[in-house]
Amino acid sequence: MKDLKYFDYASTTPVDPRVADKMYECLKLDGNFGNPASRSHEFGWKAEEAVERARMQVASLVNADTREIVWTSGATESDNLAIKGAARFYKDRGNHIITSKIEHKAVLDPCRQLEREGFEVTYLDPNEDGVITLDMLKKHIKDETILVSLMHINNELGSVTDIEEIGNFTRENNIIFHVDAAQSTGKVNIDLSNLNVDLMSFSGHKTYGPKGVGALYVRRKPRVRLEALIHGGGHERGFRSGTLATHQIVGMGEAFKIAQDEMEKDNKHIKKLSDIFYKEISEIEEIFLNGNEKNKVPNITNVSFAYIEGESLIMALQDVAVSSGSACTSASLEPSYVLRALGRPDELAHSSIRFSFGRFTTEEEVRSVAETTKKVVAQLRELSPLWDMFKDGVDLEKVEWIPH
Amino acid sequence: MAYSRKVIKKFQDTLNNPAAHNVGRLDPNAKNVGTGMVGAPACGDVMRLQIEVDDDNIITDCKFKTYGCGSAIASSLQMIEMLKGKTLEEAKGIKDREIADLLELPPIKIHCSVLAEDSIKRAIADYESKKT
Repeated sequence: MKDLKYFDYASTTPVDPRVADKMYECLKLDGNFGNPASRSHEFGWKAEEAVERARMQVASLVNADTREIVWTSGATESDNLAIKGAARFYKDRGNHIITSKIEHKAVLDPCRQLEREGFEVTYLDPNEDGVITLDMLKKHIKDETILVSLMHINNELGSVTDIEEIGNFTRENNIIFHVDAAQSTGKVNIDLSNLNVDLMSFSGHKTYGPKGVGALYVRRKPRVRLEALIHGGGHERGFRSGTLATHQIVGMGEAFKIAQDEMEKDNKHIKKLSDIFYKEISEIEEIFLNGNEKNKVPNITNVSFAYIEGESLIMALQDVAVSSGSACTSASLEPSYVLRALGRPDELAHSSIRFSFGRFTTEEEVRSVAETTKKVVAQLRELSPLWDMFKDGVDLEKVEWIPH
Repeated sequence: MAYSRKVIKKFQDTLNNPAAHNVGRLDPNAKNVGTGMVGAPACGDVMRLQIEVDDDNIITDCKFKTYGCGSAIASSLQMIEMLKGKTLEEAKGIKDREIADLLELPPIKIHCSVLAEDSIKRAIADYESKKT
C-alpha cells in the first residue's frame, strides 16, 4: 500500500488521527463505553454527554440547533429516512416528488421504491455543467408536489447546485426540500439558519470521520415530520431507534469540529494542488473537464481522455487509486449515468476518471500522478484504433460500427 | 474488476512494449492483408485485427489495436499469439471460449473474447474477398 497513491478522497477519506484517538477512548472498560440510553448510572450519563457534545459539533459546522440533528448509520440511511420518511408522512398532501438524474443511488433507489408504492417521481436533467437550476425545477412543479430532493455537491463532478435559491422557492410553495450534503461538509460553508432547507444528509467518512455513521438534519421551525424507518425503543426522538454507537458518533463529531476549525486551511491546500494537477494534465491533447471549473469544488477533478477507455486507464495507473464514474457502480460495465445525463457522448463517458484530493495529499504526489497520467494516456492511445482514426482525420461519427 | 494474473500481465506487457507485442497496423489496401474491426466506441470497445497471409494460406504476420478495457487488450494479445503461423482454416477454428479459458476471464468480461473471435472471422473474410 505504501507506494499506492490515494486519489479517491471523494469516495472515502482516511480517519484523521485526532479523530481516531477520540474514538479509541470510547471502547474499553476503562473508557467511555456505556450505553448513552442508560439513565441509571454514570456509564450511561458519560456516554450521553459525549454523544451530545458530538451533536453540538455537527450542528455547529452547519449552524443548526442540536435538536435538529438525528444520528444515522451514514448518508445513505439519512437519504432513505428523509425521502421515504417525508413522502410517507405527507402523502395526504400529494404524491409527486422531484429529484434529478445525477443524484447518488442513495437518493435514486429510495425514489424508485416510492414509485412502487404509488408515488410519481420526476427526474430532472442537469445542465451540461452538472447543475440543477431553479428554472428547471419550476417547470415540473405541480399541485401534488410534496418533496424536492437534490444534492448540494455532486460526488462525481464536484459541481455545486444553488440550494439557497431553490430553498426559497420550495419554502414559498410549502414543499419539503431535502439536500444530500455528503460531499459538502468541510468543503463549503453551510449555514442552515439562513437556508430554507428542511432536511439535510451528512456522512462521517467523507470528512475524515469513520464509516458507519451519519446524520440527518430535520428542521424544527417550520417543523418537518417524518415517518421513521427503524423502530425499537424510540431513540433520537422517535426518528431512529437503536443504541447509539458512541465511538462512531464521537468520531464524526470530532471530524466535523476539525472541519470547522480547518476548512480554510484545507481548502487553500487542496485548491493549490488541484490547480497544479489540472495545469499539468491539460497538456494532454483531447482531454475534457467534466463539470465547470467556475462552479465546482477543487477537491474533485473529473476528466475524460478521448479515444481511451476508463477501466484500462485505471488499470494502467496501477500505483494510483482513482475512480471511474461512481465507485458504487464501477463493478458494472455501464458508463457513468451522471456523465450520460450531462449529454456527454458514450465514448467520453466511458473514458472518464475522477481524481479527488484531500487533507493528506501532497504536492509531490500530485506532480507524480500527473506525470504518470500523461505517460499512460500516451501509451493507451498508441494501442487505440480510435486514436489512429482521429489522427488520420476520420470522422468517428460517420463510421459504421459493428456493435456486438 | 478482479482480473487473473494472466490478464494483468498481458495488459502490462502490451502497454510497456507495444512494438514487441504486435501493436500497429498493416496496409489495409494490400492484397495479402485482411482487416477486421469490430465493436463500437459507445459500447466501450473496438478491436482492429489485421492479418498478412502468404500464398500457402498461412498467417505470417498480424497487427492489432484495441480500444477497451484491460481484458479486451489482453484478449487481443492472446488472439495474436494463437493466430501466428496458423493456416486460415486453423484460424477459423479459434473459439472465444478458448481465449476466455486461457485468460480466466470473469463472466462479465466474456464479451472481450467474443470480440476477438469476431475480429478473426472478419479479417479472414476481408482477405478472402480480395482473392475472388
